[in-house]
Amino acid sequence: MAAPGLSAYLILAALVFTIGLFGVLTRRNAIGILLGIELMLNAVNINLVAFARFEADLAGLVFTLFVIAITVAEVGVGLAIVIAIFRVRRTVDADHLNLLRG
Amino acid sequence: MIFATVMFWAVALALVASSLAVVLTPNLFHAVLYLAAALVATAVVFLLLDAAFLFAVQLLLYAGGIVTVMVFAIMLTERLTGQRLTQTNRHVVNGAVMSFAVFVGVAGFIMRSNATAAAPASADRTLDIARAIVGPFAVTFELLGVLLVAALLGAVYFARTED
Repeated sequence: MAAPGLSAYLILAALVFTIGLFGVLTRRNAIGILLGIELMLNAVNINLVAFARFEADLAGLVFTLFVIAITVAEVGVGLAIVIAIFRVRRTVDADHLNLLRG
Repeated sequence: MIFATVMFWAVALALVASSLAVVLTPNLFHAVLYLAAALVATAVVFLLLDAAFLFAVQLLLYAGGIVTVMVFAIMLTERLTGQRLTQTNRHVVNGAVMSFAVFVGVAGFIMRSNATAAAPASADRTLDIARAIVGPFAVTFELLGVLLVAALLGAVYFARTED
């Protein structure tokens, strides 16, 4: 049995990415949608690290660090927006958040 | 080699199972806990790929930081409404078809690309990462600091009380 190659990691990342996409498409709750986005970003990180390992390229590892830091900023702002919306509308159901609909 | 293969499949199974639980469980609080499990499984994948430093960063920032913030947000919003945040999914069939189509497209592309490169000899790259951050990626690193400060100020501004 051979050790898992690059394509095994890529398929795993694609699977996690599509699961996260399913969550973003189907969740009603805004925090649930944020959870799906977290899964998708995680899958991208797996891809970056796998390419860095198999191509012996350092940029993948550094970019994973950057993606993790940007995700932290995104979660902070996203959850602050969710709490602010909650104060005003008393709901985080994405179907009811239609203030900006033209 | 056998150990690495068994570890990979075990971690892959745990990662996919906990990811599915994140998007399917009706209780939002449980979903965050399953997300923590998925993030730890991702950290182990990093360890299998010889990225020990990213393993530590993933555990500290993601599994430690983000999950804590998520739990706080859920508890705050629950207290604001006084009802438990259960949630249902909508358009499940459409979402499943869409996601499956994306997966088939990406997986087909990966299969056709015959990426059969053998892994080069493993080495600890932590020192190289440190040198790259203050060397060729120094400007990006500084911009990241600016972004974090801006995000912090934005989060405080959004979540402040009126008075």
